[in-house]
Amino acid sequence: MIQAVNIVPLFVVVALGGAFIVSLLGKRIKAFPDIMGSLTTFVLFGLSLLAIRLVNVYDVLVYSVGAWKPPIGIAMVIDGFTSFMLVTVNLVAFLIAVYSISYMRQFTSKWKFYTLFLLMVAGMNGVVITGDIFNLFVFLEIASVASYALVAFGTERHELEAAFKYAVMGTVGSLFVLIGIVFLYGYTSTLNMADMAMVFAQKPTSNLVLLVSVLFLMGFGLKAALVPFHAWLPDAHPSAPAPISAMLSGVLIKSLGVYALCRIFYNVIGLHHNLSGILMFLGTLSMVIGVFLAIGQWDFKRLLAYHSISQIGYVILGIGLGTPLGILGGLFHLFNHSIFKSLLFLNSGAVEYATGTRDLQKMGGLKERMPVTAGTNLIASMSIAGIPPFNGFWSKLIIIVAAVQAGFYGHAFWAVLASIMTLASFMKVTKYAFFGRLKDKLNNVKEVPFSMKLSMIVLACICVAGGVLFFSAINQAFLQKASGVLSGGLSYASEVLSALQQ
Amino acid sequence: MIIYLLCLLLFSLGIYCVLRKRNIIKIIVGIIISEYAVNLFFILVAYRKGGRSPIFSPDSAILNMVDALPQAVVLTSIVIGLATTALLIAIAMRIYGKHRTFDITRINELNG
Repeated sequence: MIQAVNIVPLFVVVALGGAFIVSLLGKRIKAFPDIMGSLTTFVLFGLSLLAIRLVNVYDVLVYSVGAWKPPIGIAMVIDGFTSFMLVTVNLVAFLIAVYSISYMRQFTSKWKFYTLFLLMVAGMNGVVITGDIFNLFVFLEIASVASYALVAFGTERHELEAAFKYAVMGTVGSLFVLIGIVFLYGYTSTLNMADMAMVFAQKPTSNLVLLVSVLFLMGFGLKAALVPFHAWLPDAHPSAPAPISAMLSGVLIKSLGVYALCRIFYNVIGLHHNLSGILMFLGTLSMVIGVFLAIGQWDFKRLLAYHSISQIGYVILGIGLGTPLGILGGLFHLFNHSIFKSLLFLNSGAVEYATGTRDLQKMGGLKERMPVTAGTNLIASMSIAGIPPFNGFWSKLIIIVAAVQAGFYGHAFWAVLASIMTLASFMKVTKYAFFGRLKDKLNNVKEVPFSMKLSMIVLACICVAGGVLFFSAINQAFLQKASGVLSGGLSYASEVLSALQQ
Repeated sequence: MIIYLLCLLLFSLGIYCVLRKRNIIKIIVGIIISEYAVNLFFILVAYRKGGRSPIFSPDSAILNMVDALPQAVVLTSIVIGLATTALLIAIAMRIYGKHRTFDITRINELNG
């Protein structure tokens, strides 16, 4: 038994504990929720960096909850893919918690916000860290229920309507996941994912696997907002408070949707080439339809929400290709998207905070009054559109190159087209909101408070540095490990089970 | 076999209710019905013909018992269902407070 294994449950425990303490004391002490929210997420971020280091030393860490040995007990697993997702989730969560210190002053009962926020972080960390498929469902529901409540946080007409829509669709999606889990249990008589993969490797393929794949595609596809299942996203994301929009778009759809989808399809069931074709088709469809719907929007946050659908399409296309390069590109785009999309949502929040509107036609010339927001927004826009020095360019390039290498010229063409359309729609945002003549009504607009500026600047720096990082040794430890787990496929099972023996 | 089909019917009824009904409360009821159908299905999967409950006692040997794990798991799932339902009903109450109606066609202001 390695001592380092004890770090594994902390990702859930710290976040849950933080939520509990905030709900207990937050009402009485005024500044407490702010401090606790930022502190907890900072600790989690530090732990996730430590996890990266530990994964480089030990490869796979397996913790048995309550000292019950898996496959009977619940296992928690940290491997390359998990630690990659942990860093993404907790980095974004920390910066958003810092941002919320000032932004959430507009709302009453901040402590409720931080409680739900930390619960959501706990759920997401749980989903990525667990090695047990029913446990995955439980954490998925924790994160989902917290996010339904957070979408409704403003309790105005639109917020409530969007939250109801999201909650109904999300619950039905979760039900499909649960049915899939029931079928898997009936087929393999185990809930442990590594054990399940072993059973799958021994049994001959059956049609049940196809049924389960379709169920999971519906359930997790709904959480990831792939195109036929995307209807909740353009309502829910703009209606939530800006930090939560950033959280939903930045990490929730990825850890609940993309991560779970990939983990189950690649490491448990094993990727079938039909399935890979379906993933690529859905990815391309989301990519194109998302961007076409986005370009006509005048609501700043709604436009960004449609772009989330489009960018998730890139991630799914890259991962669905199944080649090591494609998976690498997909995961790199996942990380990049979580950075620049949360930055864009924070920008939209800053504009709304300062001017009180989300309508692009009512803005104009904000560059003079809000230089930090305008500058960071420009960087994020260029990243998402794929302009060379920024991180978005590199990941899109890798995905397109991988598609061409694998012989899917059609998909590569659509990826390029969607990228051009993205550029067009972000030129529209920049032109209408930040450049041009300052409107008279906006004359006394002020730049946002320090904590909001700070997290926007940090995110913008990561956008710039992301491209450089790709060529360095950090990438080796960070991305290669993660894509190695996915392209390793079913060897996940033997790695986890052998780590248990130690 | 027939019991599985009935379970499927229950699930389909719930989904039908979610898709077709215009009243918010009926939609929530539909979700609850389909949730229970899934829970029931999980229990059915674990059932063994003529099996007894998996309780160990020293005086009787256990020959044929049902699978105990899904029963424990379904308990968790029921609790999750409770949390979701409570939240949905809380949102529905707030919606009624704002709009004075439960009809989804009359509160539809966003078009995703």
